[in-house]
Amino acid sequence: MTTLNKTSRRDFLKITSLTGSGLLLGFNWFSAEAGQTESVPIGIANTGFTGPINFNSYLSIATDGTVTVFSPNPELGQNIMTSFPMIVAEELDADWSKIKVLQAPFDTKYDRQLTGGSGAIPHSWKRLRTAGATARYLLIAAAAKKWNADASECTTDNGFVIHAKSGNKLSYGELAEEASKIAIPADVPLKNRKDFKIIGKSIKNVENKKIITGKGIFGSDFYREGMVLAMIQRPPAFGTKIKSVDDTAAKAMPGIIDVVTFKNNVAVVGKSTWEILKARKTLKVEYEKDGNIESTSDHDQLFVSLLNSDNATVRRKDGDVETAFKNAAKVIKSEYQCPFVAHNPMEPMNFFANVRPDGVELVGPTQTPGRARTAVAELLKIPEDKISVEITRLGGGFGRRLKFDYVLEAVELSSIIKKPVKVLWTREDDMTGGSYRPAVRYRFEAALDDKGNLIGYKLRGVGINQNNSTREDNFPSGAVDNLLIDSMEHLSPITTGAWRAPVTNFLAFAEQSFLDEVALAAGKDAVQFRLELLQKARTKPVGAIKYNIDRMETVIKQAAEKSGWGTKKGVSQGFSVYFSHASYVAQVCDVVMKAGKPAVTKIYAVADCGEVVNKSGAMHQVMGGVLDGYGHAMYGKLTFKDGKPAETNFGPYRLIRMKEIPEVEAHFVDNGIDPTGLGEPALPPTGGAVANAIFKATGTRLKNQPFIDEPLYKTMKAF
Amino acid sequence: MPIFNLRINGKEYKADVAADTPLLWVLRDHLSLVGTKYGCGIAQCGACTVHVDGEATRSCTLPVSAISTKKITTIEGLSENGDHPVQLAWDEADVPQCGFCQAGQIMTAAALLKRKPKPSDQEIADAMNGNLCRCCAYHRIREAVKLASSKI
Repeated sequence: MTTLNKTSRRDFLKITSLTGSGLLLGFNWFSAEAGQTESVPIGIANTGFTGPINFNSYLSIATDGTVTVFSPNPELGQNIMTSFPMIVAEELDADWSKIKVLQAPFDTKYDRQLTGGSGAIPHSWKRLRTAGATARYLLIAAAAKKWNADASECTTDNGFVIHAKSGNKLSYGELAEEASKIAIPADVPLKNRKDFKIIGKSIKNVENKKIITGKGIFGSDFYREGMVLAMIQRPPAFGTKIKSVDDTAAKAMPGIIDVVTFKNNVAVVGKSTWEILKARKTLKVEYEKDGNIESTSDHDQLFVSLLNSDNATVRRKDGDVETAFKNAAKVIKSEYQCPFVAHNPMEPMNFFANVRPDGVELVGPTQTPGRARTAVAELLKIPEDKISVEITRLGGGFGRRLKFDYVLEAVELSSIIKKPVKVLWTREDDMTGGSYRPAVRYRFEAALDDKGNLIGYKLRGVGINQNNSTREDNFPSGAVDNLLIDSMEHLSPITTGAWRAPVTNFLAFAEQSFLDEVALAAGKDAVQFRLELLQKARTKPVGAIKYNIDRMETVIKQAAEKSGWGTKKGVSQGFSVYFSHASYVAQVCDVVMKAGKPAVTKIYAVADCGEVVNKSGAMHQVMGGVLDGYGHAMYGKLTFKDGKPAETNFGPYRLIRMKEIPEVEAHFVDNGIDPTGLGEPALPPTGGAVANAIFKATGTRLKNQPFIDEPLYKTMKAF
Repeated sequence: MPIFNLRINGKEYKADVAADTPLLWVLRDHLSLVGTKYGCGIAQCGACTVHVDGEATRSCTLPVSAISTKKITTIEGLSENGDHPVQLAWDEADVPQCGFCQAGQIMTAAALLKRKPKPSDQEIADAMNGNLCRCCAYHRIREAVKLASSKI
């Protein structure tokens, strides 16, 4: 117990008068500044909690020893429902088998109740630890009082308070009631990490049992007596709007309750999905032009002109780039391009809305319940506190569910038909209805002096609806004396949005591939070249440096070591390292030539995300992130013809499958730094590591994604 | 509409639906068996996999009229208490991330192991290749199939 954590008394609200059956600690896990707001009880519905009272921001210890923790952030596979209570249980010294976890509904008391930006654990780490430590303090104080012993002589272990001197031992359940009468301390000590028993271990997903037995825990499974189902026909092409609707046939189809047109939506309302799907096919809707009708070929041409434009927005400028390039012994110039990709969470979009005169009830999968609620309030012109949002488990998100278009549709439809309704999307709806990771093209230029030193660096990023497609302060910025990074965007009616590791999911591939080209031109080893640049940033930094040089250097060195960099025979290795979401991941890809084709056999990843909370969940994020990065670099593309997505379902839209996976070996840097992001950072480096390895194996550099569309693969069958 | 008598998870069900209704939607909309998931509707993702007379089958493209007297097993009926060796292996290997595809993955794996209790890596990949996992938990899925195989 070494760390003292300042906590305001007002941060915790112990509710003693209402329970009578244990310790109930209401607290603000996520308020930015301790003590700014007080926890107040708010009733909640349908969370499945059957305890004595409903509080949504609490940790409770019942007299039977059950510890209940509400998890506020939406769960979409990042394993937050398991990691959050692990942090609480660690400081509480709880018996993990007695932990019960419930998904909290949306409540403004939570700060940052969203899933995105790999931020849940970093933001809640201290608060969760303090909550557990505070409860533990109260339990010890209760025991000490009971035994007339000094609290400092009492210890805790696995749900018990122990007084070794007297041999006394009481369970948390037995102490809970007494603990609820003790004043909450202002400061509680937090554990030293060497004493961690739960944090850092592999703890199984707390919802495994429900998932493997097929319990209806996802939004699309939600059912409410009296609700109707609906599917919506949206404009088939971006840049079009409804001209006329003939729904006569659809309305006459069996099981159809109504067909409603609002905005650019034609909603078919019915009793069962299949009947609705069949009726929707009979709709006769004419569309007319309402903006630019764009094709992928238009974007390809547009990128060329944007790359040559004089009107780019400068993002970062260090030194004198012009002179550096004029004096260069060698100049390297290269361009990289990525296509649109769809998010494609396995569970297509869906939401339940029940708009009543007295308020609105929302249930479903959303990464951002708060923003969705605000938008619904604006749409209906009602106060936000009239709207409840219950968060179901999300069948994936990848950024798609940061948008709430599908929530607003359900709300508007419910308000029109005056019925509770669940709106379902088909896969085709999902893949053609936006939003997407936008297409981007980059041009890199590097100037080397006669000793192979990088003396000048230019990057221009041009993207669709991508105001800034660069990360101007990322590596190698800070390590190059003369540097210019600028960007331009094209505004398109094709809807775009954040996709797992926004911008960096492609920028990292382009940049790490280009650095490989530069290293080659400089006659340097890829790893050594990066380490030299970091050393330059350390000793003679240029401008602002927003990455941590030591952490990046460590993952580079460890990845080189774990992968046997430069020591393997018959294996071509590619290197990549990237900093995103405050974490650092270095990767090495092994490629072996098999029957004249490059086979990606293994990818090594070393991640520094600070403290690893749940080893099992963290491995999932890294291994899954690597495969996600590899799969999309290899196969992912969504193309447009006259505003219409050409790929509308799996099959034409290719996702990685089991037969295509390489081995992945993941490692974590053990440095005890407070946690940084992990849901996204493992994805960005993968494309670069793979492309660099394939270059080494074949001499061909893959510059455009997806790789399978590149000439190297086009000429080979069986890809 | 015709009434179809279905044998699902050892129980008799009646469904009053159009003959072309895919089994998936009969299960989800009419029988409240929502463990079987919709992912693509064209038999490309495997999220809707059930057993038809023990064979892993995509329920999203199987019309209810084609079932006749065949026995259907869904994730809800794979075992009484969630303790089928594949389910136990899925928990032990801590496979699920978002979890949405897992019912389909488990049903495909269970059918494979019934047919071939000791599959090779290649046979596992062949059998599981039709099941997409967008979270890319493929390594754990493969590990869990092997784990279940070792316990059957």
